[in-house]
Amino acid sequence: MSTHVKVEEKLFQNRYRVDGGRPHIQIKDAEVCVSQCGTQPCTVCCPAGCYTQENNGRVVLITDGCLECGTCRIICDDFRNVTWEYPRGGYGVLFKFG
Amino acid sequence: MAEKFDAIVVGAGPSGNAAAYTLAKAGMKVLQLERGEYPGSKNVQGAILYADALEKIIPDFRDDAPLERHIIEQRMWVLDDESYIGTHYRSDDFNKPPYNRYTIIRAQFDKWFSEKVQEAGAMLICETTVSDLLMDGKRVIGVQTDRLGGEIYADIVILADGVNSLLATKAGFHPEIEPKNVALAVKEIHFMPQETVEARFNVQGDAGVVIEMAGKITQGMMGTGFLYTNKESLTIGVGCMLSDLKKQKISPYQLLEQMKAHPSIAPILEGGEMKEYTAHLIPEGGYKAIPQVFGDGWMIVGDAAMFVNAMHREGSNLAMTSGCFAAETVIELADKQKPFTAKNLARYREKLDASFVIKDLKKYKNMPDVFHANSQFFTTYPEMLNQAAHKMLTVDGVDKKTKEKQIMANFKHRRSLFGLMGDALKLWRAFE
Repeated sequence: MSTHVKVEEKLFQNRYRVDGGRPHIQIKDAEVCVSQCGTQPCTVCCPAGCYTQENNGRVVLITDGCLECGTCRIICDDFRNVTWEYPRGGYGVLFKFG
Repeated sequence: MAEKFDAIVVGAGPSGNAAAYTLAKAGMKVLQLERGEYPGSKNVQGAILYADALEKIIPDFRDDAPLERHIIEQRMWVLDDESYIGTHYRSDDFNKPPYNRYTIIRAQFDKWFSEKVQEAGAMLICETTVSDLLMDGKRVIGVQTDRLGGEIYADIVILADGVNSLLATKAGFHPEIEPKNVALAVKEIHFMPQETVEARFNVQGDAGVVIEMAGKITQGMMGTGFLYTNKESLTIGVGCMLSDLKKQKISPYQLLEQMKAHPSIAPILEGGEMKEYTAHLIPEGGYKAIPQVFGDGWMIVGDAAMFVNAMHREGSNLAMTSGCFAAETVIELADKQKPFTAKNLARYREKLDASFVIKDLKKYKNMPDVFHANSQFFTTYPEMLNQAAHKMLTVDGVDKKTKEKQIMANFKHRRSLFGLMGDALKLWRAFE
């Protein structure tokens, strides 16, 4: 089935108040993703596609579209390489329906 | 000196609202903290509301709660790539008030529930994230927020902060959640005219339908899909265990996209306008994964305590009930002027144990392990069942006895006789 979709098209429907310059999730040590984590499941399983795999093997995280589900935090159980907090009060995704 | 409350409730979802409401009604000085812009703005559910749990808290909720449709028909579909085999149960009894189940839109429902909580006398502060618990040794004495002043104190803190249970994890009350104990669900809401919803599901007025799905849509992973009617929209979603998504490296939104393209599903959604895409974790670890839910000065309620019955797709009712139990425990102790020590708060767990919350979770305690270890329930069986139906329903001159033999031979070929018997036994034992 050719059902490939860009997640951005989905996220475009959502409402966000982005906390500019204060990402609530951060990769602790970028080198761990490159040299130790072979599978980089965050780049596939994040439902908002916040994690992308670069050609050089690095993982880039942009939290603007984050749905605050916690998947990346729990899925990184082999390395615990993300610092994960909820956004500051009032910021982040604002569900219209939920 | 910072202000002190009798109780602080962290979170304004079903469990937090139930707790705060019950405490406030009893005259306690309650502060509820919510990180969203308004209660519901951070909350996501495959939203079926079971009337019973809410009725026990707010008996006349039907008067003004924002409800979408009451469910009169439940469909269970087992899907192959091109087909589904299923059962539908519809009863006019479900179409007579008082209704038993409703679809809801959480952003609206939680806001309504919260208004009731505030009317009962609790103080709600939104747009405030609790970052840590304040401790005095092992005892929780308050919370640290990201707001001015920041520190707020209370005799008891009820953690209703949702599935990630971040505060209890940070405080070391329980270890990090394991990927095998949570499902990731993604869903979309598609708007279409009310008449279209009603025509496609053969319902009228406020009646509605829920379809639960299993089979090839989860591509061999442990999980289920769902589709249900709201007033002027349909909600469709799929959820799979995080450990399976991780292992199989499947993107959740591609999974949802493929499900939407299924030939039996696509026509239902045809022409709808997608207005929101959400994702949420569901704590499905079951009985064995329930953490310690109380300690000196604290209790955990709802999703944060793993109170979800994955087998029956129940969660918000367990959340509300656990919220009430926690509040009742506080009220009883306060009445007797007893301190909120772990020893005294053990009463909360006793209440849970004696109720459907723990009884149901205990009943299915082996279910997660059985499904984790036997992916054939999500792959081979849906295929076999659909093929069997297809064969029996195709009129092609082959006699029915021969068809039955072919079907049985296929079953044995795919799973072996011992495999079939073993699977039946595993399921029976897990359900027992």
